[in-house]
Order: sequence, then C-alpha cells, then structure tokens
Amino acid sequence: MKEAVSALIRKDLRLELRSFESVPAMLMFSLSAFVLFRFGLDRSSLAGDLAAGVLWVTLLLAAVLGMNRLFVAEREQGGFDGFLMAPVDRTALFVSKAVVLFCFLLAVELVAVPAFVVLLLGPGAGQLLPELLAVLLLADVGIAVVGTLVAALGVQTRARDLIIPLMALPLLVPVVIASAQATAPLLAARGAEAFPERWLAVLALYDAVFGLLAYAVFDFLLED
Amino acid sequence: MATTAPATSNTPAVALEGLGRAYGERVALREISLTLPPGATVAVFGANGAGKTTLLRILAGLLRPHAGRATVLGAELPREAWKARGRVGLLGHEPLLYRDLTVRENLRFHARLHGVDRDLLPSLIEQAGLAARADDPVRTLSRGMTQRAAICRAVLHAPELLLLDEPLVNLDPGGALAVAPLIGREAGPARVLISHDAGLGLADADWVLGLRGGRQAIWAPAAQVGLSDVRGLYT
Repeated sequence: MKEAVSALIRKDLRLELRSFESVPAMLMFSLSAFVLFRFGLDRSSLAGDLAAGVLWVTLLLAAVLGMNRLFVAEREQGGFDGFLMAPVDRTALFVSKAVVLFCFLLAVELVAVPAFVVLLLGPGAGQLLPELLAVLLLADVGIAVVGTLVAALGVQTRARDLIIPLMALPLLVPVVIASAQATAPLLAARGAEAFPERWLAVLALYDAVFGLLAYAVFDFLLED
Repeated sequence: MATTAPATSNTPAVALEGLGRAYGERVALREISLTLPPGATVAVFGANGAGKTTLLRILAGLLRPHAGRATVLGAELPREAWKARGRVGLLGHEPLLYRDLTVRENLRFHARLHGVDRDLLPSLIEQAGLAARADDPVRTLSRGMTQRAAICRAVLHAPELLLLDEPLVNLDPGGALAVAPLIGREAGPARVLISHDAGLGLADADWVLGLRGGRQAIWAPAAQVGLSDVRGLYT
C-alpha cells in the first residue's frame, strides 16, 4: 500500500503544480475574507474569541474549496477506473487524498496565517505561533480526513459544489469549536492567556474517531 | 502485481450465466450467457445502446452485475473481484490518462500502481511509436497519439484478459500496425473486442457475441457467423 499511496500523492502534487487549481484559489479566498472582515467589522485589530472565529471560519471555508477539487481529476479523467482496476488496497486512495488535502491546507496557512496576523491582529502576535501551530496541525488533520471522505461521496453527484459543503460543514463544526476555543486565549488582547490543552485533546480525539471511521467506510464509497 | 495465482490453463477467461444489469428502470443487459476459453477472442457487435460498454465495465469489475453470474479469470464478480484486479486491461472510450501529466508520467504512475518495473516502459513507448512525444502532456496530443498512450497504459502490466472498446479508433494505418503486437491476437491474452467494423471484427475473432437491445442475439464461433448476420444487428 505504501507504494500506491506514494504514487498517488506524487501524482496529485504534480497535477496541482501543473494546473494550480486548488491552492491558489484557497489562498485568494482566505486573503480576500481577511480583508473583508477588516473592513466589514470596521476595526483595525481583533482579539480573543472574535479573532479566533474569523481565523477558523475563513480557513474552514477555504478548505471546502480544496475539497471540491480533490477528486475532480479522478472523476473527469478516469482516475477512479484506472485506480479501481489496479491490485492495490482501495484505502490507499483515501490515505493519499487526505495527505494531499493536508498539504494543501498547510501551504495555504503558511501565507494566510501571517496575513491574518498582519491584517487583523495587533503587534506582538508573533509570540503565539508555536501554540497556534499545534492547533493548526491537529485541526488540519481533522479537516483533511472528513474533507476527503465527504469529497469522495460528493464527487459522484452532479451537484458536488453544493453537496460537499452541505455535508462537510456540519461535520466540521466540532473542529471549529475546538480550534476556536484553543486559539482564543492565544489571541487575547492582554497577551496570551493560559493555553487550554484540553481542546487539543478534543481535536486529537476527533481526528482519531473520524480517521478510523473514514478508513472503515471508504471502500464502500468507491463501490458501483 | 496480483498476489493470487493465475487461473489454470483450463479456466475460462470469461464465463457468464444469465448476466443482467440495469440502470434504474432501464435494463442494459439481460440473460447473457457465454464461456470464452483462455487465449480466445470474442468480437462483440451491436448498435449504440445495445449494452456493449456495460458488458465491458462489468468484466472490468467497475460495474456490479444485477442478475446472473459473471466469472473473470476464475474470479466470481463482484465477490472475488479483487482476485482479477491487475490481471485485466481495459481500453475504453476514455484513455484513463491525466491530461496535465506527460505520457511517461502517466505510464510510470500506472506502472507503480501495478507493481511493474518502470524500466520496461521505454521499450513499450518505443513500440507504440510514442518516443518523440513521451514527455509531452497528454492534453497536447492528437487523438491518435492519445489512443496509443492509452493502449500502453492498458497493456503495461501484461494482463491475462484484454477488454478493448473500438481499439483502433483514431489510429492511422501506421498506428494500427504499431499497436498490433500489443493488443492484437499475437499479444496472447484472451480478448473481448468491441467493434463496429464487422469485417475486421470477424477476421480477428474466434467467437462472436451479438447484442440487440441488451439481449444476446448471437453467440457462435466466428467461422459460423456471416457479415449479413452482424449487419442485421444494426437494423
């Protein structure tokens, strides 16, 4: 399975580098949303719960754009058929797509989070990055796992652009809650407050539960 | 490569018994029964919508039969479809190639999925007459060149059963000649060959399956089927 996962990941990253269909769109959406929030809220800086909410809702909606594109090449260019006829574990497709979506999210956050800090946070926000990184990584795993599962289901339908967000967003509400709760103290106006580690545990539990669930059901999603 | 032992020399390449398949209310195939010996070729004829492509996709393990039994290389579908994976090559209407990847990248990708040594690819590319375009993205290729690349993709893992849907479509005479050793009778594997060219199909086949409205209208040795029989399927 390792060989198949590696082949699928390399193929997807190569396709993205050639076509630039997902990451630039996700990034442009995030940056545009931050600018809109800045002017829409009419504030030069945000803090606490509001800042955390703005960050996580924006990142989640950007992730949905990536989910919508995740299986398009498989659907439109026969990738599903080619893969299904190969003597490999079907879960390899799930693992590879989740890794690819995770990589896309990291690439977007590499630019979007600093942009968020510059556009919407006050000075001194750089100190919170190590803790924020832990939240981002755990949240990205959850988004990638659920996003891949939902994208595989939605891409089979004609209205995938509608179906995927409708299925993904409710399932990802716990990720937004836990991530925002974990991030809010880091973005407090008075400086970083005590980091609520229990929310990291909630994110890790969510990742584990949905990871196992997706692993168990993904095979059936590829059935005729 | 497939981890299961290959079918024995006596195992039919394809055995169907009362096979049926529907899409919702519409029945695409019904009561198809046949046995294709190993290494033999069956030419499948029928008008558009007769069920030819559905049959091919069932044999490829991409569609589930809704009625009857289907066995491919000794593996009963869909229960044992995993046994046949990697032993069947499909050349359908779609090339199953990523348009933004080059021919070589596409073939390397499929070779890795099938556990095939990538060192075999250059000779395959050369044989199909693709050497000069192997590093061009598939989207820049002509239909004929794309078909050659799709043929390489379908045969790179040396399948025991080849499912060919109009394999020579878009190929010029030189191209057809170049790919003959890869997908022609001399290639060796059993073949299910969909064709609208009655003369060519009959000459290339051991058996003939004629489909009309999803039903089996002809199943006979090719030598016993005339051009008029095949043409009758289209009227």
